[in-house]
Amino acid sequence: MSTGPQSETYSRRTLVALMEDKPGVLSNVSNLFRRRNYNIESLTVGHSETPGISRMTVVVNANDAVVEQVIKQLHKLISVTKVTDITDDVAVIRELALIKVHCTSSTRGEIKQLVDIFRAQIIDVSPESMTVEITGTEDKVDSLVNMLRPFGLKEMARTGRVAMSRGATNTNDSD
Amino acid sequence: MKLNGAQILWECLVREGVDVVFGITGGAIMPVYHELPNYPVRHVTMRHEQAAAHAADGYARATGKVGVCMSTSGPGATNLVTGIATAAMDSSPIVAITGQVSTSVLGSDSFQETDITGITMPITKHNYLVTDIGDLARAVKEAFYIASSGRPGPVLIDIAKDVQLAETEFEYPAEVNLPGFKPHLHGNARQIRQAALMINQAKEPLLIAGRGIIISRASAELRELAEKAQIPVVTTLLGKSSLPETHPLCLGMGGMHGEAFTNYALQTADLIVGIGTRFDDRLTSTAETFAPKAKVIHIDIDPAEIGKRVRVDLPIVGDARNVLSQLLPLVESGGHPDWIERIEEWRAEARARDVVWQESDALLPQYVIRSIWEVTKGDALMVSDVGQNQMWEAQYYLHQRPCSLISSGGLGTMGFAVPAAIGAAVGCPERDVWVVAGDGGFQMTCQELATIVQEGLPIKINLLNNGYLGMVRQWQEFFFQKNYSGTPISGPDFAKFAQAYGIHGITVEKRGEVTEALRQAQAMDAPVLIDFRIEREHNVLPMVPSGEPIDKMIRRPAVRH
Repeated sequence: MSTGPQSETYSRRTLVALMEDKPGVLSNVSNLFRRRNYNIESLTVGHSETPGISRMTVVVNANDAVVEQVIKQLHKLISVTKVTDITDDVAVIRELALIKVHCTSSTRGEIKQLVDIFRAQIIDVSPESMTVEITGTEDKVDSLVNMLRPFGLKEMARTGRVAMSRGATNTNDSD
Repeated sequence: MKLNGAQILWECLVREGVDVVFGITGGAIMPVYHELPNYPVRHVTMRHEQAAAHAADGYARATGKVGVCMSTSGPGATNLVTGIATAAMDSSPIVAITGQVSTSVLGSDSFQETDITGITMPITKHNYLVTDIGDLARAVKEAFYIASSGRPGPVLIDIAKDVQLAETEFEYPAEVNLPGFKPHLHGNARQIRQAALMINQAKEPLLIAGRGIIISRASAELRELAEKAQIPVVTTLLGKSSLPETHPLCLGMGGMHGEAFTNYALQTADLIVGIGTRFDDRLTSTAETFAPKAKVIHIDIDPAEIGKRVRVDLPIVGDARNVLSQLLPLVESGGHPDWIERIEEWRAEARARDVVWQESDALLPQYVIRSIWEVTKGDALMVSDVGQNQMWEAQYYLHQRPCSLISSGGLGTMGFAVPAAIGAAVGCPERDVWVVAGDGGFQMTCQELATIVQEGLPIKINLLNNGYLGMVRQWQEFFFQKNYSGTPISGPDFAKFAQAYGIHGITVEKRGEVTEALRQAQAMDAPVLIDFRIEREHNVLPMVPSGEPIDKMIRRPAVRH
């Protein structure tokens, strides 16, 4: 519980939440963010290491007071079992993107070079397009997207940030 | 033992201690109602499902038990929504049980189908859609646990019709397993020591007692703390009756319509200990302007409320009664005679302006409330509606017994009073239940007069009748250049209206008739409605305008000598 002075500045905070893997839980969480007007940048959810428990990674743009409220309000949801703020922890942060880029026979080579530089993969080819798969930090994904954009992006799907603390402890074992 | 879903539901409810349910039947819940006569549960048939939810809420607030309301699917369920939201805002433990269409047609826009679990998600602590009979008993057990534990609140259980008819072996779970729900009931020892230190050092301390004191049944501990350390106590609207309101240390309600001396005290204090209050805007006005000189200790069972609105210097999460008990031995006996004297000077000055003490021929609403207080000796179970009537009750009825005011504070739901009074009267038949309502709110749920007669409840209904939506009219007078748009309202001759239902009705048009009418009502062991034709354009004062700090009030006029 914070008792000292709180930072007023808004910045990106990363929260990891564990919740029951049941219908309606995701809807309940996103409704919470909507009705309390929290500024959510990305939200991704999937299975965790425990059967029946989903893991959600949320990036919220907030100051100290707001992020404290986000965590407490999430805890009030009966289906949410744990919420951890890992913004200040040493963590591994990754995102996956699938990018379908327009290409011609003359540009295909250059695109392939970019893909290699970023250590990404080409997972689909057609006469007029190539689909690139990249995992990495958001900055790395942003960079590749920006390099590919001049060629013409036909379609893109990004997962949003997934994060996990480094070292041997489980991210959610903090207390 | 093989039972069907409807039977399992009643078996569970009985095991949870339910002996009364407020509801209205319908197609999707008929199997449940079919089994009801086989169980020792009283059913109070209401006339609108909103009233059923309010009745369950009023029952819960009066008895401390979980209130139960029941309705069918579709419109029956959606009619509960206002009542569920009312209970949610005021932390009242109710379980709402709704019938739902069969799982075979769920999600296809069937007759009387609505997604009530989706609709009530933001206004319930949790809800359940039971589509498998194996889940039913556990859902009921969890629902009651969630509704009544930690910070109480509403839970909804939506039961598909085919589940009500399906059969299975009945087994009532011995325990509840909810890893995501662990209420924290005892205060942290270090924080409590720190709190005691701050209290002992304060020169101008105040306690703010909110609804949490009432829920936690912590009146005795509150009184002991106030008396031991000689700290005056401000209450919120729903904290009224935490301390007997004639107690010398009780300053009454603070905030938007609080007394001037109470608000001066709040803005001057150097330490505020808020217990079971959420520092909502009716009390504090703008959070930044509230109690500028005070350090704040916030004791509450819901950690999310701490720091949500006002800056808190020392948070303590826990049940009010537990924390106060832990705190008491560490707090020194003390006195703040100068501080108390200053407050008493403010109180005397405010009292001199109070119209209730002035000679008048007019039938003033304040005089009516004061007379009700005198006739009932401050001991009635008061149920107020919303608006000016609610504020006058708060200002002029000095409650003696803890847990003797039921009112919709957080949501401010007009029409709450009559059905909530039904719930309270059913739950506490030994208490005298008195309703104060305006003609506006009364007309929103007045069909429940039929329920009052059907159930034989000797509720006394006092209407402050001024032909307006009074509180809105007051705002229009102060802030919208008296543009009374949408506020004048007509109504029936309320005494005749009551008589048409079989309820004794009295019309009072003169000040001199007030006490006689009240005594007559009190003497009858039957429901009574009194239509007080009060001064039409009278205002609740003091009033803190929106956005102003609470010591900048529009005050009652000073008496000219």
